[in-house]
Amino acid sequence: MRRDLGGVRKDLNLIDVGKGTAKGERILKLKKQFRRIPKAAALIILLLLVCAIFSPLIAPHDPIKQNLANALKPPFWQKGGSMGNILGTDNLGRDILSRIIYGARISVIVGFAGVLFSGILGTFLGVIAGYFGGKIDAVIMRLTDIMLSLPYILIAIAIIGAIGPGLTNIIIVLGITQWVGYTRIIRFEAMSLSKSEFIEMAVISGTRWSRILLVHILPNVLNSAVVLGTLDVGKMIIFEAALSFLGLGVKPPTASWGGMLADGRIYLTFAWWLATFPGIAIAITVLGGNLLGDWLRDELDPRHQLKA
Amino acid sequence: MGAYIVRRLLQSIIVIFGVIIITFVISRVLGDPVTLLLPPEATPEQRAYLTRDLGLDRPLYIQLVVYVGKVLKGDFGQSFRHQEPAMKLLLDRVPASLYLSLIATLISVCIALPLGIISAIKRGTIFDQVGMTLALLGQSIPAFWAGIMLILLFAVQLGWFPPSGYGGLKHVILPALTLALFFSAATARLTRSSILDVLDMDYVRYARLKGVPEFVVIMRHVLRNTFITILNIVALQLGLLLGGAVITEFIFSWPGIGRLSLDAIYNRDYPVIQATVVVAASFFVVINLLVDIIYSATDPRVSRK
Repeated sequence: MRRDLGGVRKDLNLIDVGKGTAKGERILKLKKQFRRIPKAAALIILLLLVCAIFSPLIAPHDPIKQNLANALKPPFWQKGGSMGNILGTDNLGRDILSRIIYGARISVIVGFAGVLFSGILGTFLGVIAGYFGGKIDAVIMRLTDIMLSLPYILIAIAIIGAIGPGLTNIIIVLGITQWVGYTRIIRFEAMSLSKSEFIEMAVISGTRWSRILLVHILPNVLNSAVVLGTLDVGKMIIFEAALSFLGLGVKPPTASWGGMLADGRIYLTFAWWLATFPGIAIAITVLGGNLLGDWLRDELDPRHQLKA
Repeated sequence: MGAYIVRRLLQSIIVIFGVIIITFVISRVLGDPVTLLLPPEATPEQRAYLTRDLGLDRPLYIQLVVYVGKVLKGDFGQSFRHQEPAMKLLLDRVPASLYLSLIATLISVCIALPLGIISAIKRGTIFDQVGMTLALLGQSIPAFWAGIMLILLFAVQLGWFPPSGYGGLKHVILPALTLALFFSAATARLTRSSILDVLDMDYVRYARLKGVPEFVVIMRHVLRNTFITILNIVALQLGLLLGGAVITEFIFSWPGIGRLSLDAIYNRDYPVIQATVVVAASFFVVINLLVDIIYSATDPRVSRK
């Protein structure tokens, strides 16, 4: 008897938490959304973060320590390879696996900082253009047209050529060249928001425009910015690799995936592993970011949910 | 429609002007040409003479006006590196770039269209899943790595194609494939979603209800209505390719505009940098404009917006 009652009470509790309150409902929905997260992508990103944060603990060797006697050793399954250097060594005898693990740091930093910088700049301009409209909007929109028409790789290379290579400068260039996507989409959303009733009410009641932008518009466009940002992480990582590949990125001997590719290209004819493994690392990481972005878009963007 | 075209034309002109001004600013940020052109042991008199000769002693806004005026006539000045006009150097490279871009676009269309169309029509099936996984993979692989791997496989291991250099079909295949890989992935995904949009339309449902054979529904009602969207995507990519093939041209030693501009940046050869950026951007703007005009001519909803 008592056991039955307990059972009933439990059920009641569940209903209470699950459907009775708006908060409970939101938590349930979040849980449901989270359960649909692509497992493989989550695993990839987790692995990347672990590699980046704990590289000294995970990496079997020092990534910049040269050992010319041990140069150009193939991966362990090939003749001449050994378990000491699982993915082989490069032209200076450095362990490839360790360099890939340390290289994750650069990719993580550039991916996140680049997205943050360009996302904040782009969202800011988009909110302003969409809310104020008129001349301000026209100027910002022409600016986005100009940015889109410029061959951005060339512009990035030219700027790096002027201000010099290095991690900070790469992030600055990414920020300056990659904000357009955010502005276009956020502007559109801010525009339709600014016509909605609750914004009109805020205007009528004398709210300052800075407060309207910050408290009423920004939170409502944040979802889109986050989705765009997630989808952009991969692009940033490829961009950094491309710049490092051209010798304009992170300075050697710091390990970066693009720089490793550039070194490997020279030894391509007789040491295939040099260029192959860092490329696989980039591709897998970017794939993880893209999958995660697709998932977030499906979950956060109501239009997409209707379509699916 | 006329008013729409005029407005787009004006916008395009503003954008090209903006690009010209930006190239001016960038070249001023890049450094002092006098230091670059003269040997370090040059006397102050020589420096002053060259400064006056290049017009660098005049106020910035006058320099800008002179610059814009010359650029509009296609005159970017002499290359610092080669004793030839920058514009001529650029024009010499156009055929190679155009050749590569066209072949790359062709390959990309041949891969992307079937992939996108089949994925959309067979939505949710194994075809769709495999197709879209391939597309996602294509978008995740950096083009320069794909290029290196293609060289490794087809040039080093199999010896089917030369690893680099300029020439006929045998030379263009690998760089074109490298460029096409990324673009076909993007095109396939966009093709799929634009077809899915049309598949949801009432007139498609009606045609099916009426008992029109599925093949006819797809060919006449769906593909016809997505054709312009797909053309748009492909044209925009062609516009991007011309300036965006920098790294691919670098890997394959392809003598196109990308390679020229990269060398120019390494040598701080501003006239050539300015010429490539302005020409590549204008090309993109003009293609965009043409696409929009075709769009508005075929779909009246566009110009009314």
